[in-house]
Amino acid sequence: MSNKVIHAFYTDDDILMDAVKKVRSEQHHIEEVFCPFPVHGLDKALGLAPTRIAITSFMYGCVGLCFAIWMTNYMMIQDWPQDIGGKPNFTWWANMPAFVPILFEMTVFFAAHLMVITFYMRSRIWPFKEAENPDPRTTDDHFLMEIPVHNNNEEELTALLKDTGAVEINIVEKHS
Amino acid sequence: MSSHYEAPIREPLILGEKSYHDITVDIARPIEGQANKNWYIAFYIALAAMLWGFGCIFYTVGTGIGTWGLNKNIGWAWDITNFVWWVGIGHAGTLISAVLLLFRQKWRMAINRSAEAMTIFAVFQAGLFPIIHMGRPWNGYWVLPMPNQFGSLWVNFNSPLLWDVFAISTYLSVSLVFWWTGLLPDFAMIRDRAVKPFQKKIYSLLSFGWSGRAKDWQRFEEVSLVLAGLATPLVLSVHTIVSMDFATSINPGWHSTIFPPYFVAGAIFSGFAMVQTLLGIMRKVTNLESYITRLHIEYMNIVIILTGGIVAVAYASEFFIAWYTASPYENYTYLSVGAATGPYAWAFWSLITFNIIIPQFLWFKKIRRSFIWSFIISIAINIGMWFERFDIIAIVLSKGQLPSTWWRFEPTFVDVGIFIGTIGFFFVLFLLYARTFPVIAQAEVKTILKSSGENYKKLRDGNHE
Repeated sequence: MSNKVIHAFYTDDDILMDAVKKVRSEQHHIEEVFCPFPVHGLDKALGLAPTRIAITSFMYGCVGLCFAIWMTNYMMIQDWPQDIGGKPNFTWWANMPAFVPILFEMTVFFAAHLMVITFYMRSRIWPFKEAENPDPRTTDDHFLMEIPVHNNNEEELTALLKDTGAVEINIVEKHS
Repeated sequence: MSSHYEAPIREPLILGEKSYHDITVDIARPIEGQANKNWYIAFYIALAAMLWGFGCIFYTVGTGIGTWGLNKNIGWAWDITNFVWWVGIGHAGTLISAVLLLFRQKWRMAINRSAEAMTIFAVFQAGLFPIIHMGRPWNGYWVLPMPNQFGSLWVNFNSPLLWDVFAISTYLSVSLVFWWTGLLPDFAMIRDRAVKPFQKKIYSLLSFGWSGRAKDWQRFEEVSLVLAGLATPLVLSVHTIVSMDFATSINPGWHSTIFPPYFVAGAIFSGFAMVQTLLGIMRKVTNLESYITRLHIEYMNIVIILTGGIVAVAYASEFFIAWYTASPYENYTYLSVGAATGPYAWAFWSLITFNIIIPQFLWFKKIRRSFIWSFIISIAINIGMWFERFDIIAIVLSKGQLPSTWWRFEPTFVDVGIFIGTIGFFFVLFLLYARTFPVIAQAEVKTILKSSGENYKKLRDGNHE
């Protein structure tokens, strides 16, 4: 089986959106779209599942809150209780109001950082990672639609893409 | 084009006949071009100030805090003033990128990148002061709750000073990842344009291999939104907690329940003033007048009037309450008849003039749409907000409850030198940033080109009529 893919370039986000809808309605599979900026509604048009990253953030925030409760309780109530200004700390609950800033900050710290790390891992971006956009113009003003070629349907696909307003169409051998 | 509709009465945010490619070229130009003579002059002045400040810091650390003008009653003065001043300045960046994102304000896109950079650099400067004030900065890590060999000696989670450690480090680190995540697509743009191999390598590294897949963008937008949601209460929490450093003490003048909202408003006030100062210069130097327009300046001035108004009301109520208690102890708080007529009258009146009177000129539309006047007023506010913190700290501490605690604070050249040093350090970072980073979030600006670009608006409005 060949690894041939078609790269169709567009220079306008609205034309791209219409093209995505058209190509999908003709029952072709779009492997990937590379964009220089977020195009609203493109994920829906491509049929991508909604991202669950906000849910992970909520869960990380809960972890951060639990960690902060454990930390304040262990350090100030269990391990080394102190009598500060005549206000001894016997129970966590009685001291809790003074811990609110810490609880809040730790919740935000965990929710923000772990979510961003999750994003970097899932989208495979990290220092020293090689970029994978096939053409440098896709970070400038070009949108690239990548469609795998099956059963020698290049000509049919090329015609369809031309019809949708692609400014350049290349058939390339995909490595990896 | 219907999805890009914007009311015709809204002024364009991007001037001129711009295409997506023009935006790329405009934002990449300062990075790809050579620095001009003005940049070098500014950079060397900032560098000299920074080195002078570092010298003063080494002198302080080597000799001791006795090199400062502090005394037995005034244990906090110039340094903590600078700390609060810098933290306050560090408020606008995340406010612009987070709060204005939640409110869907398109004008934030031209200024959020630089405002966030300013935030991060300002918080660096702020962090220096408490650390060197420790006297033994190499023990600075003792503020972190780490297992240690001193018996189970933990930090005190009841102390507002420790809350500050947590608030500021969370704020700094979250602002940093927010900023960097937004930078990835823009670094990728520079990377893909770079012709020199070294440049390509550096921007490749900085961009973390960003490729701009549809799924990446979907996650990118969600992450930005959630980070904005998290950063919004964070912005408010930082200065709230800074104000608690004062408000939880029992000094008249500090022990005040209105401090948190009043400090937050003051921080936004000073932060926007500093953004105004920096962008006023930057739009000229980097030729980005098409993106940072008169409208952006006006919107920022409106925020300044609002937050300045909140600050003015807070001053008035502090002054009124100090007078209304008829308590002699309250008659030397930083906003009182005693302060207005005593030995610190110059500081009191500087505060009132720079912070309350001068910003009122922004009510005039002509002035708030003028680049030069906005710049001058922003400088005045920067000075005024420094005096606010100086007054709160030095005036309040200069008159304790006992006459034997009445003392004056006079800064030494070391106090002043460290402050000048941090201003130099800040500008060194900002100038380097302006030459190497994409100073406008170009990927985001491209998303509003069709709705808010001048040529698109003209085209569309022409069609409607």
